[in-house]
Amino acid sequence: MTRSPNSDPILRTEHLGRVVNEKILVEDVTFEVRTGEVLAIVGPSGAGKSSLLRLLNRLDEPTSGTVYLEGTDYRQIAPRELRRKLGMVNQRPFLFPGTVEQNLQFGPLQRGESLSKDSVEELLGRVGLQGYSSRNVANLSGGEAQRVSVARTLANSPLVLLLDEPTSALDQTSKLEVESTIQTIVRDQGLTCILVTHDTAQAARLAGCALVLESGRVVRNGPTNEVLHA
Amino acid sequence: MLKLMFSNQLYLVLAQALVAAGAAGVVVLLAHKRGIHLESETLVAMLRGIIQIIAVGSVLLLLLRAPRWTSVFLLAAMIVAAGATSARRAKGMPGAFRVSAWSIAFGSGSVIAIMTWLGVIDTAITSLVPVGSMLITNAMNTNGLALNRFRSDVVAHVGEIETALALGADAKHSVAPYSQAAFESSLIPAIDSLRSLGIVWIPGLMAGMLLSGARPMYAAIYQFVVLAMIFAASGLTSLVSTLLIRDGIFTAAQQLSLQPGR
Repeated sequence: MTRSPNSDPILRTEHLGRVVNEKILVEDVTFEVRTGEVLAIVGPSGAGKSSLLRLLNRLDEPTSGTVYLEGTDYRQIAPRELRRKLGMVNQRPFLFPGTVEQNLQFGPLQRGESLSKDSVEELLGRVGLQGYSSRNVANLSGGEAQRVSVARTLANSPLVLLLDEPTSALDQTSKLEVESTIQTIVRDQGLTCILVTHDTAQAARLAGCALVLESGRVVRNGPTNEVLHA
Repeated sequence: MLKLMFSNQLYLVLAQALVAAGAAGVVVLLAHKRGIHLESETLVAMLRGIIQIIAVGSVLLLLLRAPRWTSVFLLAAMIVAAGATSARRAKGMPGAFRVSAWSIAFGSGSVIAIMTWLGVIDTAITSLVPVGSMLITNAMNTNGLALNRFRSDVVAHVGEIETALALGADAKHSVAPYSQAAFESSLIPAIDSLRSLGIVWIPGLMAGMLLSGARPMYAAIYQFVVLAMIFAASGLTSLVSTLLIRDGIFTAAQQLSLQPGR
């Protein structure tokens, strides 16, 4: 996949907001991401970063505004198809009991498809875990489990990868492993990516653009160097 | 000893009730000493129990001369009450009463109807209502266990469920393991009752039949018949409720609405 940062936005939000029991989680968030771009969403704890990512994946329903995926209002896309296209990786991997391969097959099986052995190995190669397909997920380290979680999401061939603090629950060694995996995927393979992180150094290492959230609102948005050093 | 003290049957049974309630009171006292406060809940439950059973006894007395079809209304009222009681075990789950009432109605209603049609349950009110109420009560308990287990499993596994949804899984598929576990665990009491029948316990129905002069072999086999019907009614109820309740915890956009603290 090649990067084409000047193309039409693959994902665009318009005045996106969510209020629950009169508490504002996300308010009036408007931004866009172009194909091949990596956008970091940064901000302090409770700023609404993860809430925003859940809205993008439609795990929660916006109370105002909407999201456009490839120009289509995402409410017009079937939720299952939308979630396949906007692949999400959580802070914790939540692997399903069984082998690594069974986890990778989960997404495709939901559409009645299955991955060949070669495809499984190719996916594991992308996250640096060749030869792990028959391993039981119970025996993986934290970093390995998170990389399997990334590969499992990639098995759905998403248009955009949503990463919700993917390294925050890991020790330093595992954190570097996972970050290196993400770097390979987003830089070398040109996958469009939205990364939620509270670590501004990580945002600077991985993302070309950044959006700073505070109390659910966008306070800065633009190239990472300008936004994070403002 | 009580029989020596009371010659009147009414006074005797009231004294027996007091003694039995006293035994329950001892448990409440022991629990109190361990810092577990069951006082008000137990008192209310016992008062409700005695009032309700006396009321049912009185209704049965009136119904003895009523047409047989009136038992249908009595059983229907029991199903509605069972649905309301059982739904309390599914706190915070949308549609719990509707799901409970339909599930108990389907599970116990179909078994009562088929067994009555086949002649396993006698159509006389004095037989149909007590046996029917046993099936409804057990269906209610099973339904409560199933909903309670399902609810706690879902709340404890929100991450896994939303991960499955995020990977494109159908809402029903994402909670299938918890629905299955709820069904299995809800049937443990019914299975254990069948398994331990006659070894660990002699159920009330059989004891009552023996006391009223029925032949032991007939009483024993009929008790098995009732327990098998209870298992069937409970199993059907749990099967239906664990299927129906899944729909209630998701929005139309397949978002999990049952979340911890919500």
